[in-house]
Amino acid sequence: MSPQLFETLLGWAMTRPMFDLLVKGMWETVVMTGVSGALSFVIGLPLALILVTTDKGGIFQNLLINRSLGWLVNALRSVPFIILLVAAIPLTRLIVGTAIGIGAAIVPLTLAAAPYFARVAEVSLREVDRALIDAARAMGATRMTILRDVLIPEALPGIVSGFTVTMVTLIGASAMAGAVGAGGLGDIAIRYGYQRFETVIMVAVVIILIVMVSIMQWAGDALARRIDHR
Amino acid sequence: MGQAGKVAGADVPAVQLDHVVRRFNDRPALDDISLTLARGEIVGLIGRSGAGKSTLIRCLNGLDRPQAGRVVIDGTDISTLSEQALNPVRRRIGMIFQHFNLLSAKTVAENVALPLKIAGLARPARIKRVMELLDLVGLADKANVYPAQLSGGQKQRIGIARALAPEPLLLLSDEATSALDPETTQQILTLLKDVNRQLGLTILMITHEMEVVRQIAHRVLVLDAGRIVEEGPVARVLASPQTETTRSLLRGLSPVLPADLVAQIAPEGDQALIRVDVYGPDARRPLLAGVEAITGQPARLLHGGLNDVQGEPYGRLFLALGTNDQDKLAAVVAKLKPETTAIEVLGYVPATV
Repeated sequence: MSPQLFETLLGWAMTRPMFDLLVKGMWETVVMTGVSGALSFVIGLPLALILVTTDKGGIFQNLLINRSLGWLVNALRSVPFIILLVAAIPLTRLIVGTAIGIGAAIVPLTLAAAPYFARVAEVSLREVDRALIDAARAMGATRMTILRDVLIPEALPGIVSGFTVTMVTLIGASAMAGAVGAGGLGDIAIRYGYQRFETVIMVAVVIILIVMVSIMQWAGDALARRIDHR
Repeated sequence: MGQAGKVAGADVPAVQLDHVVRRFNDRPALDDISLTLARGEIVGLIGRSGAGKSTLIRCLNGLDRPQAGRVVIDGTDISTLSEQALNPVRRRIGMIFQHFNLLSAKTVAENVALPLKIAGLARPARIKRVMELLDLVGLADKANVYPAQLSGGQKQRIGIARALAPEPLLLLSDEATSALDPETTQQILTLLKDVNRQLGLTILMITHEMEVVRQIAHRVLVLDAGRIVEEGPVARVLASPQTETTRSLLRGLSPVLPADLVAQIAPEGDQALIRVDVYGPDARRPLLAGVEAITGQPARLLHGGLNDVQGEPYGRLFLALGTNDQDKLAAVVAKLKPETTAIEVLGYVPATV
């Protein structure tokens, strides 16, 4: 498509500044969900491993740790995200230095997504056949070997699917974070689409979100299929 | 490898259990089990489901702990060892499973390599050994495929290769052929027999199928409600089971009088009917000629016959003696008693049967 044709087509729908605003918003959403998604994975997977292995009959059985952590995860998960956004402000200031902007949005997003992903990954880890763990124990495997060679690889297809779901949820939540000044597509949709009745912007945001979620889901499914040898 | 202070050598049994007790909620799963497995022996452990077979095998590698008694593996008492201290002992015990328990996320070669990785073998040495093992089980061409692409028999071969990887002292087989069809079962049993002969490996076969024991085991232990109710050479136990449990496990393998014949047995009649169990050298004796010499009548074989367990004959014969004379009957029993495993007078039948 030539630049001229693009400008013409764009001109029918919106002004150039509007378009640039949408691109900026999209980029901000990608950064927010990308960073908080990565952090959620790094925090959530160990959480899930601890929740599974410290439970009764687990290879690192420790009910005190298990129950405490389980309680913490449940507590975080029971706070509605819109409340978490506000309640986390002191913590956000402490970590990021400000409570406004996409950097600041990453803190509550991670606080919400990490425990969510931990629970989703926990389900996959629990589905690993106990007999496989026993077989590894019977070989004289250390507990770290069981984690590295049995538990994680066997649960990985499920963990990837679970992470995809987490990312999709994060895209939605990041739009909500926009409502409290975090930037991103949500911010644009509310300020322009809702408060200024610019329907074109609203529709454009919705379409971009649909495309982003579709790409995420497609990529996640493809990866999960690729690593699943069951 | 945790063997300090013990005398290594062929005289140390591979496995020794002394008065092992394991209870689950006060219900004994193992009730005072004592047994010894000599090196190079294939022992069949047979019992119904729930008899305690799996608990017993789990006690041998410390996956389960007995509440009382000692479990001694190659001279090392493992019943008191910590999980960490157990690992070196476990590395010397291979195990194969009914459902193979291969890792789905690893290729065949990676599965077989896992015990070697655990043992700390360097990568090049691992690869070399894996190829040797895959050759041994005849699946060298499957090194880079995933277990899901293999048939049940192939999966079990990989299971065996994996179990043999660290050159174990003992191989535990937990219903390893129970999920396989008869033909594949044959191939797996042949493979196990070969590795027993070539490597001098001690094998404990847990099964509920007497046919498996018949084909491969040197000795059989019968487990019922957590107790060993019968044990002995396979041919002896097959020829003349001593307990109801064994008899029921043998159903189909051991000849039983047909119902119409049983119906004709009476306390009096034309001809005495006896049951004779024989195995080994006894089964090669000219038994019937001896009987005829006493009674003066040819004995008739009404039912039963001889079978073979790894070259050793065994069997159960139901004989009509051709006479009902008490003295002759007593003389026949007296003559056969020392020459057979068991003999029983069942009653009398009409000469017409």
